[in-house]
Amino acid sequence: MISIEKVSKTYKGASRPALDTVSIEIEKGDFVFLVGASGSGKSSLLRMMLREDVPSKGSIFVLGENLISIPARRVPYFRRNIGMVFQDFRLLPNKTVAQNVAFCLEVIGKSPAFIAEAVPAVLKLVGLEGKQERYPNELSGGEQQRVALARAIVNKPQLLLADEPTGNLDPATSQDIVNLLERISAAGTTIVMATHDRGIVDRLKRRVVVLKDGQIVSDSRGVGYEAAEVNR
Amino acid sequence: MKLGYVFGEVAQGLKRNLSMVVSIVLVTFLSLTFVGTAALLQLQIGEMKNYWYDRAQVAVYLCSSYSPAEACPQGEASADVKTSIEAKLKDNTLSPYVEKYFFLDHNQAYAQFKQEFASNTITKYVTADQLNETFWVKLKNPADGAIITQSFSGVAGVEEVRDQRSYLDQIFSILNAASLAAVGIASVMLFSAILLISTTIRQSAFSRRRELGIMRLVGASNFYIQLPFVIEGVVAAAIGSILAGAAVLAIVQFFVQGYLATALPFTNFVGLSTGLVLVPILFGLGVLLAGFASIIAIKRYLRA
Repeated sequence: MISIEKVSKTYKGASRPALDTVSIEIEKGDFVFLVGASGSGKSSLLRMMLREDVPSKGSIFVLGENLISIPARRVPYFRRNIGMVFQDFRLLPNKTVAQNVAFCLEVIGKSPAFIAEAVPAVLKLVGLEGKQERYPNELSGGEQQRVALARAIVNKPQLLLADEPTGNLDPATSQDIVNLLERISAAGTTIVMATHDRGIVDRLKRRVVVLKDGQIVSDSRGVGYEAAEVNR
Repeated sequence: MKLGYVFGEVAQGLKRNLSMVVSIVLVTFLSLTFVGTAALLQLQIGEMKNYWYDRAQVAVYLCSSYSPAEACPQGEASADVKTSIEAKLKDNTLSPYVEKYFFLDHNQAYAQFKQEFASNTITKYVTADQLNETFWVKLKNPADGAIITQSFSGVAGVEEVRDQRSYLDQIFSILNAASLAAVGIASVMLFSAILLISTTIRQSAFSRRRELGIMRLVGASNFYIQLPFVIEGVVAAAIGSILAGAAVLAIVQFFVQGYLATALPFTNFVGLSTGLVLVPILFGLGVLLAGFASIIAIKRYLRA
């Protein structure tokens, strides 16, 4: 699913690399937490997987595409198989919940009939029935992140990338979002989630990859945050 | 592809940047009007060349009793002079170049003068013997005027040899300079139109950066993302081009045909049909330039 080998990335003007010879394999159906302090390279790694950025060195394959050599015009089609959510939700404030989700199907050329069917179904899945016509500013943070999740999965992606999706949410709401992610994972979607939230990592006991100063310092399965840190 | 979406975005973008769009329209309008005017001038020059070069003749003015002494020390040209000139025009050296020639004596020249200046009081003060007797030579190729000039300049009894083309060339070089100036102004303005378009497109893209970010995130194709912006630039420039086309037609209709053609009745002027040929060319030029500028602007914005 994802194969990253000896990837390094140095941004212009930075003294040390954001990623430093990172290698990682992620299998289909994995649920992987990327943990580490701010600036440890979690977001950079996610950006590489989405091909928002290209490594300075190394090789990266995602969903069978070589992301070093993929032509620019194929990138959009590659991204249609990937969903992504962010800490700041990134919803369009002038569109309703349903329009926000429909928008991302419209712009990749899905038929109105498909959209009319898929949007209510995915909103039901994330627990937002009855709120289709609300605007983002009328929703709580947790509800807004559900809209973002609905948008990320409505096209049934094989891979879901989440960059601190619970970073702006209180613990109870965070738990709801993580429960939703678990259900999405159970349906077969591969999930890579960058997070600071020890509580979530400890509870779920999934694969935990610890990054520090752009390097992977530990990669363990079925343990909590502390254990992963100790494993190094 | 959802055309509704694309045109909705275009309409929104045009509305949001109304003042910039208006300035694009105005600058394209003015610059293309200059281009159109320059083209009209060139066509007019062509038209006049066709007409006048065909009619241009070389005049061999013979000495009259009023001629200045430096050119005509012997005074009035004698009959011998006339026969020798006529013989020269007929001989084997010159006759291959000459289509025909005719001679005007004092009285014929006076009659022609009166006809040409019928409405002018000058006819009252001019007498027949003041006007030169003249051999009018029409050449097979009007460009060969120099041959006649060289053959007869300085010959005794000839006051002056004048190729009418030399007058025409002066007029044409003035018109040419005017059309060059128009093209110069037009190219500066077209350049600023291109810069304006790319600034507007970048601004438009910036005000839609959230949508653009999400579109790129979910995998909308580059074509789909860029199309509304390109159409936005093209629509603005197209409006300007249509106005420029209308302005060129108005110039032809009201200035050239309405004023010049009545003021100078013996000259052929460009007509509406010529103006109509220019309209699609101006439109195409405006649309092409705007499309080009918009594509480059939006591509650069998205890459950054």
